[in-house]
Amino acid sequence: MVKLVEKAKILRSKNAGPFEITLDVLFDEKQVYEEVKNAGILTKEVIADLYNISLDDIHHLVFFDQALGIKITIARKISSGSPGDRDVYGAQQHAPLMNLEL
Amino acid sequence: MQKGISILSPCGILGYGFPKESFMNAFQENIHGIVVDAGSTDAGPHKLGANVSIVSRRALKKDLSIILECGLKHRIPVIIGSSGGAGAKTHVELTLEVVKEILLEQKRHAKIGIIWADFKQQTIIDALEEGRITPLTPNIPTLTKEKILETKTIVAQMGHEPILKALKQKCDIILCGRSYDPSPFAALGIYHGMDPGLSYHLGKILECGALCAEPGTTKDCILGTLYKHSFTVRALNPIRKCTATSVAAHTFYEKEHPFILHGPGFTLNLENCEFNEISDGVIEVRNSQYIAEEEVRIKLEGARKVAYRTFVIAGIRDPLLINQLEDVEQEVLQQVKNYFNEISDEDYQVNFYHYGKDAVLGDQEPTPFMGHEIGVMFEVLAKDQELANSICANVRSTFLHYGYEGRKSSAGNLAFPYAPSDIEFGPVYEFSIYHLMKITQDPFLLEIVEV
Repeated sequence: MVKLVEKAKILRSKNAGPFEITLDVLFDEKQVYEEVKNAGILTKEVIADLYNISLDDIHHLVFFDQALGIKITIARKISSGSPGDRDVYGAQQHAPLMNLEL
Repeated sequence: MQKGISILSPCGILGYGFPKESFMNAFQENIHGIVVDAGSTDAGPHKLGANVSIVSRRALKKDLSIILECGLKHRIPVIIGSSGGAGAKTHVELTLEVVKEILLEQKRHAKIGIIWADFKQQTIIDALEEGRITPLTPNIPTLTKEKILETKTIVAQMGHEPILKALKQKCDIILCGRSYDPSPFAALGIYHGMDPGLSYHLGKILECGALCAEPGTTKDCILGTLYKHSFTVRALNPIRKCTATSVAAHTFYEKEHPFILHGPGFTLNLENCEFNEISDGVIEVRNSQYIAEEEVRIKLEGARKVAYRTFVIAGIRDPLLINQLEDVEQEVLQQVKNYFNEISDEDYQVNFYHYGKDAVLGDQEPTPFMGHEIGVMFEVLAKDQELANSICANVRSTFLHYGYEGRKSSAGNLAFPYAPSDIEFGPVYEFSIYHLMKITQDPFLLEIVEV
């Protein structure tokens, strides 16, 4: 099986403000982007399962064709830098998404 | 070629540095202003709460010296967004102090516009009581009067309006307090009569330096030019190049939505934008749509002190301990609690992080542990520093010597990389205010000084 990380050019996470983390999956070829988009593997249900969060905690899941990219924004359980936070910049929260199989 | 308004962005955060050659390349054409963002909330609530900067004073001065010299020489405005990082009074004052120092050294005079973004606690309490405060997203805790009173520093992100006032007063240097990142760029475009949608969209791209180029970086310069119906972007370092996709994809960066951006008093819709390479490495963008909102809301940011921290980093290599680490830690905690039985549970909290196992993702970690060693970091968060130190010392000594079930290494459980092992961290903050406040008039005050 091919994994999402093998298809994506950029696969990253980052804070979108201190209370949300945003996951970006970007491609460099339209064909590959369309293939992933049409495969239907990136859904709110899949993300909720992967990150062990409720559907309400997924604030956005958007495909933006011009940029050949997919954006998923989820609620942080603990805000950036507060007691108990594990990733102040939210920069390493993308790893579970990498192994998603196409 | 029609006449354009060109804006030079030297780097993504003032003090991150940029190659001087890239910067000077911009001046092969007519430049209308140098605009640089100095702010971010990425580094957490500590910068705002403790009134400290993201970059060193040395780096701030190094970057600013080049920018000011060139700006004043070419008689074009220099605008700094979110001065000092968090953009509160202390941050702006530090930037002003460095600006004055440089002007003195370079024997130059300048008219400086300073735009304050600080808000008094009472102003926010009044707004709360009048129902003008809403959380930015559903997972942000409701604001209370008590929390506002505990939040010593409160700022709000400004739009282009107060910066426009400073430009109209012909300021040479404009130091903005906390700003919506694209605002200082947009202000310059709007000052020259350009479309606000294009101006803000360009600002969104330029505020990160050369991050929209390939290879992308915040530590290099980028040039944007506004025209009547479009804008263009190009890299200023020959090792980088913008592409239609790299510029289109940039609006993804650290934003919650890829094409809907919310700013103070408006929404920017970039869904129907066109991105085209019109000549080698020059990307033209059209159709950025600015939708003014009837009710103006500004984003408030505030950080309050919630605890004091002391922490320890240690390595664990013994598989007998690694196999039952979580259980042993609970037993250690129980022993600490028994010892300090006069201290209430509410006065402190102990957290363990297992680097090499699940420290980054916590209970979201999908991969089973296969390693042979773990970096353990444990922290004590307490209501004062003395208590954090005392409890941490006891957790450390108990953990180090704890005789867990089946132990063979009876001389010690932890490999400390340092002596002393306990590190006093100081106060810990949290974003206690991250809410929108409805306003009816521009609350950002402009002050002008001539030096």
